[in-house]
Amino acid sequence: MSEIAGLLADSAERLFGQRLTKAVRDEADQGGLTGGLWDACAELGLDLAALTEARGGAGLTDADLCAMARLAGRHALPVPLVETWLAERALATAGLEPLPEGTSATISPVLLSDAPELLRDGGTWRLSGTLRRVPHGRHARVLVVIAQTAEGWRTVRMDAPDPAALDRNYAGEPRDSFRLDGVSVTAIGEGGSRDDLHFDGALFRAAQMAGAMERVLDMTVAYAKERAQFGRTISKFQAVQQQIARLAGEAAAASAASHAAGDARSLGPARFETACAKLRAGEAAGEVAAIAHQVHGAVGFTHEYHLHFLTRRLWSWRDEFGSEAEWSDWVGAIAGKVGGEGLWAFLVKPDPALTAGPKELAGG
Amino acid sequence: MTFQSFSLQDAALPPDLDRLREEVRDFLSDERRAGHYERTPDGWDRYDPDFSRRIGAKGWIGMTWPEQYGGRARTSLERYVVTEELLTSGAPVRAHWLADRQIGPLFLAYGSEEQKAEYLPRIAAGDCYFCAGLSEPDSGSDLSSIRTRAERSDRGWRVNGRKIWTSYAHRAHYMNLFARTSPRDEKHRHAGVSQFILDLASPGVSIRPIVNIAGDHDFNEVVFEDVFIPEARLIGQVGGAWGQVSTELAHERSGSERWVNSFGALVAMTDISADLEAGAGQVGRLTAHLWTLHRMSFAIAAMIQRGVVPMAEAALVKDLGTSFDQAVPAAARDFITEERRADLGPERLAAIDHAALYAPSHSIRGGTREILRGIIARELGLR
Ligand SMILES: Cc1cc2nc3c(=O)[nH]c(=O)nc-3n(C[C@H](O)[C@H](O)[C@H](O)COP(=O)(O)OP(=O)(O)OC[C@H]3O[C@@H](n4cnc5c(N)ncnc54)[C@H](O)[C@@H]3O)c2cc1C
Repeated sequence: MSEIAGLLADSAERLFGQRLTKAVRDEADQGGLTGGLWDACAELGLDLAALTEARGGAGLTDADLCAMARLAGRHALPVPLVETWLAERALATAGLEPLPEGTSATISPVLLSDAPELLRDGGTWRLSGTLRRVPHGRHARVLVVIAQTAEGWRTVRMDAPDPAALDRNYAGEPRDSFRLDGVSVTAIGEGGSRDDLHFDGALFRAAQMAGAMERVLDMTVAYAKERAQFGRTISKFQAVQQQIARLAGEAAAASAASHAAGDARSLGPARFETACAKLRAGEAAGEVAAIAHQVHGAVGFTHEYHLHFLTRRLWSWRDEFGSEAEWSDWVGAIAGKVGGEGLWAFLVKPDPALTAGPKELAGG
Repeated sequence: MTFQSFSLQDAALPPDLDRLREEVRDFLSDERRAGHYERTPDGWDRYDPDFSRRIGAKGWIGMTWPEQYGGRARTSLERYVVTEELLTSGAPVRAHWLADRQIGPLFLAYGSEEQKAEYLPRIAAGDCYFCAGLSEPDSGSDLSSIRTRAERSDRGWRVNGRKIWTSYAHRAHYMNLFARTSPRDEKHRHAGVSQFILDLASPGVSIRPIVNIAGDHDFNEVVFEDVFIPEARLIGQVGGAWGQVSTELAHERSGSERWVNSFGALVAMTDISADLEAGAGQVGRLTAHLWTLHRMSFAIAAMIQRGVVPMAEAALVKDLGTSFDQAVPAAARDFITEERRADLGPERLAAIDHAALYAPSHSIRGGTREILRGIIARELGLR
C-alpha cells in the first residue's frame, strides 16, 4: 500500500470504529439516511479516493482502492463509497468534471439487461430507460448513467431523480429503480463502458467480501473461545475447530484473490483476474457465512448480534455485479477459447485481447 | 493471525521472472519435440532419471542452494516459477523431487559439512534420489508413536523396524529415515526421534511393493533387519528430528504440487467442454480456483524468500489445493455423462479417469486434511 493510502486507511479504521454504532447500523438497515456518516467519510476524503492525480486527487492505485474497499467491507460500511468511486471513474473516462467534495454518487446500469438510451431531440439530449437495482439510489446526490446512442456509448451525469420504486438487498442496502422518460440532460461525455463498470463493480465487491470475511473469521474465532458448553469453550471441540479452519481457508483464498486482482488492475484491464476474484470470493462467502452462523448458534441469528450485518452483505455482494453462476460461465467460455494446452500460460499472464469483448448476459 | 499475508505488493519480485518462465517453457517444448516426454494422464508423477539429469544440467535442481554445493543461488521465487512450469507441463520430475524440495533444505539447515559436500552436488545434478521414511503400520498421523529403532553400535547405528507407504522406495537411492533413538517418553512425545540417511542398497533392507487402487506401484513396505548406518549419516542432532522437521514440512506442503495433480484433467475438460458446448460453468469455476491457488503459492514462496517459515499458511494452501485436486474430477461428472463418455472414447478421458482414481490420496498424503486443519486451528488460537 502507498504511504498516503496507508494513512487514509488508518484514519478510516478509526472513524469506522467510532461512528458505526448499533444505532447507525439499525438506521441504515431500515433504508434510512446515514448522512452524518457519509459526511464524516467525506471529511477524511474517502469519497475522492478514486480521483486520479490528473484530476486533482491523491492518485491511489487500484490495489490501494481494493485495500480500502476491503476495509469498508470489514466494517460493513453502509454508505455508497465504492459506488461514488465507480461514478468518478466513469466521469473521468468521459472527460466530465469530477464530483465536488462530499458528494455521494451512484451509477447505472448495474444490470447488463438495462439499456438506457440517449436521443437527440432538436438541441437537447434526452435520456430514457429503466434503471434497476441502483445501489443507494435514493440517497445518492448524483447519478451517473452509461447510455447508448446511435454513435456509441455516452456517459451522462445528472442530479439523482426520485426513484420510481424502492427496493433493497438482503442487507437492507437500497437497490432502487429509476424510470427516465426522455429526461433532458446536459452533462454528457463521450465514451464510457457498461462493461468496465461491471468489471470494476465486481472488483470492488470482491474486495468488500474479502474484508467482510476477515471480520467474520475474527468474530467467529473470538466467539468460539468465549462460549462455553459441556464445561469447556466450544473452541476445544474438534468439530468446531475443523469448521473454523475451513472458514479461515476460504477467507484467505478470497483475500488472496482480491489482492491479486487489485494488483493486476493497477497495471491493466485485469478482466480475467477480476472475474476469477469475484467468483472465488463469492464462493468463499457462501461457505464462510454458513460456517460462521453454525458456530455462533442461535445468538448469531438475532438482529441484536453483529454477525448478520456482515453475512447479509456477503449474500448480497455475491450476487451483485455478476453471481458465481454468471462469472463461471464467462471464465469457462474464455478458457474454452484459450484451449486446454494454452490454459496455464493464459492463467499466468492473461491476454487482455481475449477478454475485451462485451460481457454477454449469461444464459443460465 | 488472520492469514492476510497473501499480497505480493510488498514482495521484492526479481525482475526477470518472466524471462525465466519463458526459458523453462522453451526448454520443455524442445524436450517434447525431441520425444523425451509427453503429457500423460499421470502428469508429473513419473520417475525418469534421464529427464532429471537434463533438468539438473539446466541448473533447475537445488536452484536456491549455494553454488559451492552445486546450487545456483537463485531466489525462492525463481525456484517457484521453474517448479510450477515443470509440474503444469506434466514433465516427469518425480525422481529428484523430494531430494530437491526437502532433503536439500534439510541438509543446508542441519547437515554436516561432509554431508553437504557429499550429497548436495549429486542431488543438484539430478543423480541422487531420496524417499521419505516416516509412516509405519501403527504410525500415520501420530508420528510420535513410531517404533523403528536405531541403536548405537560400533561406529554407527543398527536399525530394526518397518516403514510403510514409502513412495518410490523401490527406485530411490536413499531414505530420509525417522527412527527412535531413545524410548518414547509420554511427557516429551516428540523427543527421542532422529533422522538418518539410509542407503537403500544396504544389507538387511527389503522392499515390498504395495499396489494402489489405480493398479499402480507407487508406495512400498520397507523392512529393516539389523541395517547398519555409519555415524556420518545421522542428520543433525540425536533426538532432534521433530525440531528439524517443521521447515521441511512447510516446504513439502506449500508448493504447486499440491494442486497440479488434476491439472491434466482440467486441460482435457476444457477442450471437451468447448467441443460439447457444455460444462463451461464447471471449467470456469475450477479455473478461478486454480488461478487463486497459483497466486497463493506464489505469495508463500515470497514469504519463504523473506525468511518466514509459513507453517500454517502452507497447511492452509495444501488443504485448499487438495480440495481442488478432488473437485476437478467431481466437476467432470457434472457434464461428461456416461452417454458422452462413450462418444469421447478412452483417450480423451484418461487424465480425468486418473484424477478420479487418485483423488482420495491427495487429502491423506503429506498430512491429512484433518491434521492440516488442526494446524490452522492452532494458529488461530483455538487449541
Ligand atoms: C499416495 C500416498 C503416498 C504416501 N507416501 C508416503 C511416503 O513416501 N512416506 C511416508 O512416510 N508416508 C507416505 N504416505 C503416508 C501418509 O503420510 C499417511 O497416510 C498419513 O500421514 C496418514 O496416516 P494414516 O494413513 O495412517 O492414517 P491415520 O493417521 O490412521 O488417519 C486415518 C483417519 O483418521 C484421521 N485422524 C487421525 N488422527 C486424527 C486426529 N488427531 N484428529 C482428527 N482426525 C484424525 C485422519 O485425518 C484420517 O482421516 C503416503 C500416503 C499416500 C496415500
